[in-house]
Amino acid sequence: MSRATPWLLVALCAPCAAWADWTVNLTQGVTDISREVYGLHMLIFWICVAIGVVVFGVMLWALIHHRKSRGAEAHNFHENVAVEITWTIIPFVILIAMAVPATATLVKMYDQSEAELDIQITGYQWKWRYQYLGEDIDFFSSLSTPQTQIGNEESKGEHYLLEVDNPLVIPTGKKVRFLVTANDVIHSWWVPDLAVKKDAIPGFINEIWTRVEEPGVFRGQCAELCGKDHGFMPIVVEAKSEADYQQWLAEMKQAKSSQAAAAEKTWTLAELMESGQQVYNRTCAACHGPDGGGLPGVFPALKNSPIALGDPAAHIDIVMNGKAGTAMQAFRDQLSAVELAAVVTYERNAFGNNTGDLINPADIAALKQ
Amino acid sequence: MSTLEQTAAAGELTEHHHGPASGIGRWLFTTNHKDIGTLYLWFSFIMFLTGGCMALMIRAELFQPGLQLIEPAFFNQMTTMHGLIMVFGAVMPAFVGLANWMVPMMVGAPDMALPRMNNWSFWILPFAFAMMISTLFMDGGAPNFGWTFYAPLSTTYAPPSVTFFIFAVHMMGISSIMGAINIIATILNLRAPGMTMMKLPLFVWTWLITAFLLIAVMPVLAGVVTMMLMDIHFGTSFFNAAGGGDPVLFQHVFWFFGHPEVYIMILPAFGIVSEIIPTFARKKLFGYASMVYATASIAFLSFIVWAHHMFTVGMPLVGEVFFMFSTMLIAVPTGVKVFNWIATMFRGSMTFETPMLFSLAFVVLFTIGGFSGLMLAIAPVDFQYHDTYFVVAHFHYVLVPGAIFAIMAATYYWIPKWTGRYYNETMGKVHFWLSFIGVNITFFPMHFIGLAGMPRRIPDYALQFADFNAVASVGAFIFGFSQLIFLYNVISCIRSGKKASSEVWEGSHGLEWTLPSPAPYHSFTEPPVVK
Repeated sequence: MSRATPWLLVALCAPCAAWADWTVNLTQGVTDISREVYGLHMLIFWICVAIGVVVFGVMLWALIHHRKSRGAEAHNFHENVAVEITWTIIPFVILIAMAVPATATLVKMYDQSEAELDIQITGYQWKWRYQYLGEDIDFFSSLSTPQTQIGNEESKGEHYLLEVDNPLVIPTGKKVRFLVTANDVIHSWWVPDLAVKKDAIPGFINEIWTRVEEPGVFRGQCAELCGKDHGFMPIVVEAKSEADYQQWLAEMKQAKSSQAAAAEKTWTLAELMESGQQVYNRTCAACHGPDGGGLPGVFPALKNSPIALGDPAAHIDIVMNGKAGTAMQAFRDQLSAVELAAVVTYERNAFGNNTGDLINPADIAALKQ
Repeated sequence: MSTLEQTAAAGELTEHHHGPASGIGRWLFTTNHKDIGTLYLWFSFIMFLTGGCMALMIRAELFQPGLQLIEPAFFNQMTTMHGLIMVFGAVMPAFVGLANWMVPMMVGAPDMALPRMNNWSFWILPFAFAMMISTLFMDGGAPNFGWTFYAPLSTTYAPPSVTFFIFAVHMMGISSIMGAINIIATILNLRAPGMTMMKLPLFVWTWLITAFLLIAVMPVLAGVVTMMLMDIHFGTSFFNAAGGGDPVLFQHVFWFFGHPEVYIMILPAFGIVSEIIPTFARKKLFGYASMVYATASIAFLSFIVWAHHMFTVGMPLVGEVFFMFSTMLIAVPTGVKVFNWIATMFRGSMTFETPMLFSLAFVVLFTIGGFSGLMLAIAPVDFQYHDTYFVVAHFHYVLVPGAIFAIMAATYYWIPKWTGRYYNETMGKVHFWLSFIGVNITFFPMHFIGLAGMPRRIPDYALQFADFNAVASVGAFIFGFSQLIFLYNVISCIRSGKKASSEVWEGSHGLEWTLPSPAPYHSFTEPPVVK
C-alpha cells in the first residue's frame, strides 16, 4: 500500500484542477448566520486536515521504513503511560477549542426575539404552504418543473427540480421568523443559502429565523424523507426590497379578490374539464396517476372508482375534507372554489368515467363558507 | 499468552468420535460452533450481495438526472431494503458468525456455552429475512420509509406490508439477543485456566462489550416497533399528534437503539483489526489496556449521544449543547484506538498480506469517516449537513471500509484456520485494490454533493449534482463486481488451496493458532493452560 499511496494521491488530485468549477464545498450563504456557519465548517475541516496529516504522516512513515522487506526488526515496546495520557489530553483540548465558537453560533441561531414578520410554513405531501400571519396571505408552493423534463422527453431547464409556481417572498433587512409545521408526515424545510433547516412535524411548531440583507433568489429542497415525491418538493425564497415587497403584497391581495369573482360566473363543462385537467395534473396525479390508475395497494385508482361514479356530494366531501388516517389530504384550503369544482368535474368525466356531471363553482363556494 | 500448553492431539482424537453428521441434517440440526459460524457467514454474504444489488439499482438510477430506470415509489423501497438488509442481514450476522467461529477457539473452549440456542439464533434469521424480502411482492410494495422508519410515514402513511416488516424486526431482535447471551456466557464461563479477563484477545473483548450493547438496545428496538404496531392496528397514538402522541418520541426511542447499534457494527471490527495488525507488524499490540478501556468508554458514550441524529427536530438549546458535547467526546477514545494501531505498526517488521491491506485501509478510511463524524457533531453546522449526501458519505465510510473491510480482513486472516488451506494471495490483493479504489470513487464524491446541497433519499436531482453522481455510480459498480473475486477466492480456497500450517502466519499469536489447520470439529476438548 505504502509505495502506491503517493501516486494514488497524485492521481486523485490531478483531475481536481480540471474540475475547479464543480461545487465541492458548502455555500457561504447570504446571511450573517450562514457565513458564521461556513466559518465554523472550514475551521473544523482544517483542524481535521491537520490531524490527518500528522496521523497519516506517521503511519506512512512507518509503512515505508518499518517493513520486513527492508530488513526492519520488530521492537518490543507495547505500552507507555506518558504517551497514552498525552494523546488522550491533546484531542480533548482541541475539542474544547471547537466547542466554544460552535456553542456561540448556536446561541445566536436560537435567539428568536424581536421578529418583524412571522410566516407559518406547513409541509404537505409534496408541497409547501406559506401563511403570512396578520397579512391574510396564504398560498401553496409546488414544483413547476414539467413532467416531460423529469421523464427525459425534453431537455432540462437551468433550475431543473429547484423551481416552484409560487415562491416564498420575504422583505430584505428584516428579521423574518418561520413557524414550521406539517400537515401529514415529517418534512424538513431547508434553504442552504440561509443556513436554515428545520423539521416540519405534524402537531408541533418549530421556530427558526433569518435576516437577508440583499435581494435575491435562494433555492432549497425538502430534507426529510416524506414519501414518494420527497425529491420533488423544492423551496424557492425570493428576497425583495421593502418597496417591491409591499407591491407584491398588494398584487397578492388583488389576485385573491378576482379569484372569488370567478366563482360567481357560469362555467361550461368544456371549460371546467380543461381547467380541471390542469388542476388534476398539478395536484392529484402524483398519487392517483395521470391516467387515474393510482398505485395498487397504496393509492386507489379513480378510474371506475365507486366515489368518482357515485354520489357527487360524497365525492366533493372527500376532496374537500380528505380521509382521516390516509394520505388523502383536505383540499378545502389548498384549492379555490373554481379549482375544486373543475377537478371534481374532471374526475367524474375523464378516464372513461362518463357520468356527465357538472359541478358548479358557486355551489362549492357556498360549501366553503 | 506467550507460552501455551495443550493436551497432546486432543483435537485429533475427538474428530473421529464426533464428526459432523452427513447431508442437509448437519446444517439444520447442528449445535457445533463452527458449523453455525459457517452458516452465519454464508447467510451474511448472500445478504451482502442482495443488499448490494439494491444499492446498484439505486446508483444506476442516480447515474444521470431524470427518471430512467425505476419509479420514485420503488426507489424508496430500494433505499429502505438496502439499509435494512445491510445492517441486520449482512454486517451483524457476519460479526456473529466470526464470533461463533473464533471466540471458543480464542478463549480455549470446546464450543459455545449454549449450543442448542446457538442453532436457534441462526435459524430464525433466514425466515425473518425471507418474510422481509417477500414484502417486495406484496400489494403496495415493500417498506418505503427509509431504514430509520420515522413515524408517521411508517405508521399512518405506510404500505400494508409494514406489519410483516415489524414481525421480521422482532425475529431479528430475538436472534441477536440470543446470540449475544451465548457469547457472554461463553466468554465469562468457558475461558481456559489462566485466561484472565485482561489476557483476553481484543476481538473477544470487543465482542463481549458489543454483546452487552445488543442486550441493552435490541429490546428498545422491539419496543419501538411494537408501539408502531399498536398505532397501526390497535388505535393507540404513541406517534400521532392528533391523538396526543408525538412523532419525535419515535425518533428518541429509535435512536436510543440506533446509536449503540452503530457501535455494535464497529466495535467487533476494532477487535479484528487489533488482532491482525500485530500479526503482520510482528509486534505486540500497543496499549492493550487502553484499548479495552477505550472500547468500554465508547460503549458507555453510545448511550448518551443519540439525539445528535435529531439536531433539526427543534430540541431546546440545552439539549443541543449537551448532545453536541457528548458526541464530540467520542473522538477521544476513538483517537486513542487509532493512535494505538499506528504505534503498533511503528518500529514493527511489516508485511502486506491481504488481511493486513484491508486492515490498513480500515485504519485510514475509518479515520476519514471519523473526521466527518466530528464535523457532523457540531450542531450549528450539522443544520447544513443533516440529511444530505455528506451524511451518506460519512456513514458509508465507517460502514463499508470500516465494518465490511474488517469482515473481509477477518475472513482472509482466519480462513486458512477454517479450511486448512491458503486463499490465493494475488487474487486477494486484486480484490483489495479494486475494493479500495471502488469504495473511494463511490463515497468520496458524496462528500462534495452533500456539501453542495443534495438531500439524501431522492431519486432525481438538480443538474449541478450530475457529474459527481455519475462518478459515484461508476465506483459503485467497480466495488460491487469486485466482490465476485472474493467469492471465487473463498470457494477455490475451500476446494483446492495450498495446505496451511497450524501457525498459518509467521507472526500469529493466540490460542486459535495452537490448534491444527483445519481446526478440529470440537475445538479444545481438554482446556489448554494459559500462563
